[in-house]
Amino acid sequence: MRNLISRKFSLSKIGLAVAAPLVAAVFSIAISSIAVIASKNSPIEAFKTMWDFGTESASLMETINIATPYYIAALAIAVTFRAGLFNIGVEGQLRLGALFSCYIGAMFVLPPVLHVAAVFIVALTVGGLWAGIAAYLKVKRGVNEVISTIMLNALAGGLSAYLLSKHFALLEEGSNNLQTKELPASAQFPDLMPILRKLGVEDQPGGGVYGMFFVAVALGLIFWFVVNRTRFGFELRASGLNPIAARVSGVNSKKMTFIALVISGAIAGLAGLPEILGQTHTYSLGFRQGIGFTAIAVALLGRNSAGGMAVSALLFGFLEVSSRALELIDIAPETYVIMQGSILLSAVIAYEVVRRFKLTLQSNELAKGVQS
Amino acid sequence: MSVAVELRHISKRFPGVIANKDVSLKVETGTVHALVGENGAGKSTVMKILYGMQRPDSGEILLNGKEVHFKNPNDAIDAGIGMVHQHFMLADNFTVLENIILGSEPKHGATIDFAAARKKIVEMAAQYGLEINPDVLVEELGVGQRQRVEILKVLFRGANILIFDEPTAVLVPQEVDDLFKALDGLRAQGMAVIFISHKLDEVLRVADDVTVVRQGSTVAQVKSKDVTARQLAELMVGSELPKPSTLGHTRREEITLALKNVSIPTKGSRDLISNINFNLHAGEVIGIAGVEGNGQAELVEAIMGLRDYTGSIEFHGSSMDALSVAHRHDLGIGLIPEDRQRQALMMTSPLWENRILGHQRSKPVMRGFVIDKKATIESTRTIMQEFDVRAPGPDTLAAALSGGNQQKFIVGREMSKAPALLVASHPTRGVDVGAQGAIWDVLRIAREKGMAIVLISADLEELIGMSDRLLVMLRGTITAELDPAKTTPEQLGSAMTGAA
Repeated sequence: MRNLISRKFSLSKIGLAVAAPLVAAVFSIAISSIAVIASKNSPIEAFKTMWDFGTESASLMETINIATPYYIAALAIAVTFRAGLFNIGVEGQLRLGALFSCYIGAMFVLPPVLHVAAVFIVALTVGGLWAGIAAYLKVKRGVNEVISTIMLNALAGGLSAYLLSKHFALLEEGSNNLQTKELPASAQFPDLMPILRKLGVEDQPGGGVYGMFFVAVALGLIFWFVVNRTRFGFELRASGLNPIAARVSGVNSKKMTFIALVISGAIAGLAGLPEILGQTHTYSLGFRQGIGFTAIAVALLGRNSAGGMAVSALLFGFLEVSSRALELIDIAPETYVIMQGSILLSAVIAYEVVRRFKLTLQSNELAKGVQS
Repeated sequence: MSVAVELRHISKRFPGVIANKDVSLKVETGTVHALVGENGAGKSTVMKILYGMQRPDSGEILLNGKEVHFKNPNDAIDAGIGMVHQHFMLADNFTVLENIILGSEPKHGATIDFAAARKKIVEMAAQYGLEINPDVLVEELGVGQRQRVEILKVLFRGANILIFDEPTAVLVPQEVDDLFKALDGLRAQGMAVIFISHKLDEVLRVADDVTVVRQGSTVAQVKSKDVTARQLAELMVGSELPKPSTLGHTRREEITLALKNVSIPTKGSRDLISNINFNLHAGEVIGIAGVEGNGQAELVEAIMGLRDYTGSIEFHGSSMDALSVAHRHDLGIGLIPEDRQRQALMMTSPLWENRILGHQRSKPVMRGFVIDKKATIESTRTIMQEFDVRAPGPDTLAAALSGGNQQKFIVGREMSKAPALLVASHPTRGVDVGAQGAIWDVLRIAREKGMAIVLISADLEELIGMSDRLLVMLRGTITAELDPAKTTPEQLGSAMTGAA
């Protein structure tokens, strides 16, 4: 009897796991199609153009490069989501992390690997300290971390602009682009072209895949292991799932809150580095904006799981890159914003529907088992 | 006499609870009709269907011979059905009068006609024997009086069919007597009263007819004068009722837990608990009796380190005052919290992950800092077998289990570390008779092996039967120590209200 039930369960389990993303995908394609039709264009042509452009090698490489910082930032946010908190300040943390690691990293020269490690430590520390302000306020003063991190974002924006223009920037005559001193070669992260070439991938104009891709993968694996398999991760999740029960079970909720926010900030500090270490080698006014906000959507869509967020980071990167092709056929490239939004919304709804269905299914199986 | 309410072949599937299957019920006007059954047998679902909170999948509801379909409780109220909930739904900062009329205020133009309301309430109170002062604030009332306000509230809305959901669960014996007098009054006025309970002696005292629910179906309808409590019990469970009792003294010399002048001060008002002193020996059960909200919950929190206190708590002779909650768990103190879903489970997680909760620093679930998933699942399976937790497997979500099975799982989890001290708050609340007996057995055996137990319960028979000593708490202090062998539930009830 017991065996029969569990076998039936595992079959339907697989079905349910696939159901949610599938439903969400169909639904969001429908909504995006309506948007394209409303602008008097053919959705089929639009999707085909995007697909063709997006699957070219150069586009795929860029997709990975865009997805890498999204993924790292999403991991940072997921740490807090799992603990029942919300670090909305990743944008500020990664900006300060990037600024300081460029400034300090350019001050000295170290052997290659050590230098990159030093830059990482600066980024981790600065991000963690900045988030630590919100953590302190939350634990000692009861200030809601959503509000404090939003405000710290504004502060980080102002602070970084001030530091860059008044203290950190090199003044180059004839140029009005403010930027920090270029990182020495030892602090640059080699890209993955040497490896890709061996795999038969040809060089593309516009560069290869940032080496930080590997760091992101490693961070994802560490995240999975720590959250799912360690005591710390268990206590973190317990605090998020049922803070009262966690406390009764001996989890120190204040300590947990503090640590989760600081770790989140530290990871966020790394999210600004892929482009800097791999390509620009300097922090400038042109530093990419909005990674920390898009990453919230990535974390939500990926359900705060290491694998899920990897898929959603790549999906968002793909949409961002491939939608540039829409301009070629006179469709506003902003259509991808609609796609992003509709994917997120329908995924959230689909997951909730599936979750409830699953619970009902289990309960019914249970009731049958009890009665028979 | 005519039939006020009739349910015919009602069926309902409902997640997490055994389905109602072929429920039939006939309630006559001017009678008190008891609906009895174990917890989880489906009594509440039947009543939710009658009150319009759930819609039946099949079957008919007839009021005074006419079929009705309720979409929501408002339809049921309009049809003259009133429900007195187990947990009162009153506004503390309103007067009795304001609470009674809340939601159905008699209007006088655009203003509330308080004079008319007061007149009607005073009349009603006299007619049904439910005297109460309409002008006091509800927060000043005791539990029994609050219930009276709930009854008046229902009557004020014109109900002539009243449903009482476990009305005596929150009352001490004296208040129960008052309630039963009120029920007599209602019966005399031609009301139909449906009385949900699992306390058979009370049922036989107050009810004219009894319908028995077992595993979601009505299995018998009998006249209460024709049956004994034992017969009813057998109808309810199909077998004999277990009794809470511990045989002989197993108390040992060593003191497991000692409380010395433990108080929880608050700013301004009186201490939540004040100067609590007791020694608990290994192999001994101390029962803490008291009406809910008299400091028992706070006492538990102090012992577990969840709340700051003054005084000292010693475990095996050394002070625990500086120790964190986690440390106290690690020392070998087990906890069955009073509210299992809020305090002891992660409802959306599988059972094997819930197995870790509270044990996240010890074997077998942990190997160093890493979760040993295989050992955890194995241990979960063992608990499920030993404690008869009915669920497909360790992967089942906690939320999918019925309350009784959740409770059995929690008891099993705490017992799995063989604690030296178990703090058990309402360990059998909301579990069925069979599981109740099983939990009592587990506690008995552990006590013989030297486990010390602090038992907090609202079930006076459980307290008297299981405890070696009884301490009565009233307004945060221990007001009496009783010998359970020489104490009746009535005496204990008196002590709990401070009447004796």
